[in-house]
Amino acid sequence: MTRGSTGSADKSIEVIDLVTHYGDRQILHNVSLDVRKGEIMVIMGGSGSGKTTLLAHLLGLKAPTSGTVRVLGSELGRLGPMDLQKLRTRTGVAFQSGALFSSMSVGDNIALPLREHTDLDRTTIGIMTRLKLEVVSLAGFEDLMPAELSGGMIKRAALARAIVMDPELLFCDEPSAGLDPVVASSIDDLILRLRDAMGMSIVVVTHDLDSTFKIADRICVLDKGKVLALDSVEAIRASTDTRIQNLLNRRTEEAEPDADAYLRRLLGEGAPRQDGTGRT
Amino acid sequence: MTTGGGGDKGLAGLLDRLGHWVVAGFNEFGFAAALFGESVFWLVMGRRRRQTVRLAPIVAQAMEIGIGALPIVTVLSGTIGIMLAIQGIYSLRLFGAESRVTLGVAMSTVREFAPLITGILVAGRSGSALAARLGTMRINQEIDSLTVMGISPVRFLVVPALVAMLVMLPCLTLWADVVGLFAAGLYIAPQLGSTLGAYATEVVDLVKLNDMLHGLAKSGIFAVLITIVGVVNGASVTGGAEGVGRMTTRSVVHAISAIVITDMVFVFMVTR
Repeated sequence: MTRGSTGSADKSIEVIDLVTHYGDRQILHNVSLDVRKGEIMVIMGGSGSGKTTLLAHLLGLKAPTSGTVRVLGSELGRLGPMDLQKLRTRTGVAFQSGALFSSMSVGDNIALPLREHTDLDRTTIGIMTRLKLEVVSLAGFEDLMPAELSGGMIKRAALARAIVMDPELLFCDEPSAGLDPVVASSIDDLILRLRDAMGMSIVVVTHDLDSTFKIADRICVLDKGKVLALDSVEAIRASTDTRIQNLLNRRTEEAEPDADAYLRRLLGEGAPRQDGTGRT
Repeated sequence: MTTGGGGDKGLAGLLDRLGHWVVAGFNEFGFAAALFGESVFWLVMGRRRRQTVRLAPIVAQAMEIGIGALPIVTVLSGTIGIMLAIQGIYSLRLFGAESRVTLGVAMSTVREFAPLITGILVAGRSGSALAARLGTMRINQEIDSLTVMGISPVRFLVVPALVAMLVMLPCLTLWADVVGLFAAGLYIAPQLGSTLGAYATEVVDLVKLNDMLHGLAKSGIFAVLITIVGVVNGASVTGGAEGVGRMTTRSVVHAISAIVITDMVFVFMVTR
């Protein structure tokens, strides 16, 4: 039980041998990765690579089949509810859709963590809220409702809410997805600024190659639930692995070599899946 | 809920589906019970855990559930009072006992019809709204968002709704009692050639505290049922807007069924 709060001091996140299933289907295969303090780690992969599932595990929203996830030195599976709650005040999350509370104004959304977790008075909370809105260039928008914001503004407001408690660790799920290139690039700049100005460790989950190469210190490439590579930007670029090169050059996977398996699938005869864990 | 993994044909398939269905049903009951337990926990222990249940959202919900339902509860309980009076006089006249109609109307309104009709109305108005709100929040990841902020969604979303419902449903029921009995009197008094004042005195004489409590206790149970059914269905939403619609409908059907069945069980246990 003493392992709960150990782990290297210079790591924000350590994931060891993470295995997880949806029903009978295995999603993650022995995923291991680490995020160092003060770095931007980009978890990259196509649709269905398991990156969203991995993020859910890092956030403690899903319990793994096996393996350990250690966030800021604490093992998620071993934390009691009180400690987990405390840990969560030290992390911030910006979800893909923003996930702003649609019944509250932008300002109330951003102030919510302060109202719930601190004893600050209204004036201070108001100042801190406007300060964070300033950081994401949304000053003056605090009285609008989320429905009145554009896609890029929602993402920025979500970022403001994620950093309002000055977290040590920030998670961003697809920060630039669905935005035009200019706005997407401004979000990337914002993420870089947050790391530089506040020294946060940042985990970004994305399939966007341009923004990956712009912001990442290190990249974790996920494919079909396995870590293909975990290395610096230069090393990933220089990789000779065909699957990584396919991903980087936006090439599709080569054609199915097994014609029999293809036919069986078309006939619906329950050919075993490629990961060998097809349903019975 | 039929996600049968095995063969879909024949008796085995049927048993398989039945098994899945039963397991899913028990799961849902367990979830509902756990949710209620957790709500009570936060209500009692919230302050100590630095997650106080706040008054403002409770008041907001109470306004929505209680004051918003006032017009329709008034109209329907009045209608039911008159309907009971007409039917009562008709059936009692068969053996010349129509002067005893007040007893029947008073008892059935206070003990049965007021809590039942109020419960069904609130289930349709607010139980469905709760399910839809939570379902939408779930597919927008707003629930996940609360969780990762270290804010318990049960404490933040469920407890205010539960408390507001527990306060407002008995209040609405009391109002339905008054309106129902008054409306019945409007029909009964002239029919029996008596006055509204005499009718009122008779009602106050007949209805005992016990009868009032019987109805109010039931409305308290209905409040818990409506909230929990709404939350369980809202929290189980998958599959976008269509899923929200499906679970909202389901929550109304389940809440009304639960209300009627619980009513019968309660009456059976208490009245014999």
